[in-house]
Amino acid sequence: MITYPFQYKRAGSISEAVALLAEGGKALSGGHSLIPSMKLRLNAPDALVDVGRIAELKGIRLDGNELVIGAGSTHGDIASSGLVQQHVPMFAEGAGHIGDPAVRNRGTIGGSLAHADPSADWPAMVLAADATIVVEGPSGSRSIKATDFFTSMFETALAADELITEVRVPVENGARMTYQKFSQPASRYAIVGCAVVKSADGKVRVAFSGVSDTPFRDTAVEEQLNSGQSATSVASGVSVMSDHYASEEYRRHLANVFLKRALNAVA
Amino acid sequence: MQTATLPTPVTQPRSAPPEPVGTGVRSFSLTINGAEYELNVAPWTTLLDALREYLDLTGTKKGCDHGQCGACTVLVDGKRINSCLTLAVMHEDHQITTIEGLADAQTGDLHPVQQAFIDHDAFQCGYCTPGQICSAVGMINEGRVKTDADIRELMSGNICRCGAYPHIVDAIRDVMQLNPTAQ
Repeated sequence: MITYPFQYKRAGSISEAVALLAEGGKALSGGHSLIPSMKLRLNAPDALVDVGRIAELKGIRLDGNELVIGAGSTHGDIASSGLVQQHVPMFAEGAGHIGDPAVRNRGTIGGSLAHADPSADWPAMVLAADATIVVEGPSGSRSIKATDFFTSMFETALAADELITEVRVPVENGARMTYQKFSQPASRYAIVGCAVVKSADGKVRVAFSGVSDTPFRDTAVEEQLNSGQSATSVASGVSVMSDHYASEEYRRHLANVFLKRALNAVA
Repeated sequence: MQTATLPTPVTQPRSAPPEPVGTGVRSFSLTINGAEYELNVAPWTTLLDALREYLDLTGTKKGCDHGQCGACTVLVDGKRINSCLTLAVMHEDHQITTIEGLADAQTGDLHPVQQAFIDHDAFQCGYCTPGQICSAVGMINEGRVKTDADIRELMSGNICRCGAYPHIVDAIRDVMQLNPTAQ
C-alpha cells in the first residue's frame, strides 16, 4: 500500500516522457526500485511518468563495437538475450542473479541505474564494463560515462528532468568477465558484489557494489593487479558500509573473498 | 479430481470499496481471468490492492508487500510478477491471471499444478500457496527447468514460512514429469 497521493501520467514516446518529466515527478518503468522506496517513504514524488510502454526504450542490438541495451529492457530480457550472452556475458550472468524470476520479469536496467541503490547489481557491472549511460533531457541527449554516473547513495549525475534511454557497452574481443556476489538471502541484493573485466592483454577492471554507499571502480586494486602485484588494498580510500547484515570488517573481508573468486573466474 | 467453485466475475467494484483518498481517481478496466473489470481507483492503488480490496479477488495474498515473499504472485501476459510492486493502472490491456483463474472455467477441474499441490500435501497453513502455484505455472511456461535444483532456484522468490518446500518441489516435479534423480 502506498499511503500518499500522486499523479499518474503515461508517456508514449521518449520525447513525450521528457516533456512530462519537465512538469515534475519521476519516471516509472518496472517500478521495482521506485515503488518499494515509495512504500517506505524514501521517495515521495508528486507525479509518476510511466515510461514502461515506450517501444523506443526496449530492445538489445549491436551498433559497431558497442552492445546497446534499451533502458526499458528487463533483467530477464538481458539474462536471456543471445547477443548479451555472446558479447557481454557478465551482464547475462549478473542479470540472472538479480532478485528472483518475478523481479527479473519487471525490473529494468534503466530503472535500477537511475535509482542507484548502493547494493544493486548493475552499478558494479556497468562500471567494470566501462559502459556509457545515454540520457535524454529537454536540451537533447548526452552520454555519461559509468565512472561519472554514480555520485552518492541513491544519487547520480542524472538530472531530475532527464530519462535514461540506453546503456552502451563496449564489446572487447577476447575479454573475460564475471560478476560475483554475496547476496542478502531474501532480497538477493548484493551485500558485496564484485565485477571484473579482464581484457585480452590481461589488464583488469574491478568494480564493487554493496561495499560503500556509492558503487565504485577500485582503481587502487586495478593498479596493483595490472602491475603484477597481489590485491592488498581492496576498498581502500572508500568508507565501507556497516549494517545489521554485515559489519564494516566483515564487508571488507567479503570484498576480498569475492574479488578473489572473480579473478579466479576470469583467470 | 476435485472441482473448484469459480468466483462469479463482477463488472463493478463491490458495494462499499474503500474510498480513494485525494484527487486523480482514474477509471479504467482490467482483464482478469478472461473477464473485464471496471475500476475507479486512485493511481497509487497497487495491482494487489485492486484485486483484494476492490474486486473481491482475495485468493492473491499480501505477505511482505515489498516484493520479497512472493505471496502476491500473479501472471501478466503469462509471466509471473509480484502484484504488490506494480500499480493497477499500469496493466490496462494486459491479460492478468490470478489463482482464481487457473482452474478450467468450463469443467471446474483444477489446474494440474493445483491438483499436484493437493496430491503432495504441498502446504501447511496455505497462505503462500496461491503465489507458489501461480509462480510454478509461470516457471513451467518459461521452459527452463530440468532438475530439482532448477525448481528450487527458480521458485526462490516464493517463501514458505511453514517450510513445505520438499513437497512443493515434489508437486512441481510431478506435474513436469521430471526424473527425481536428474542432476
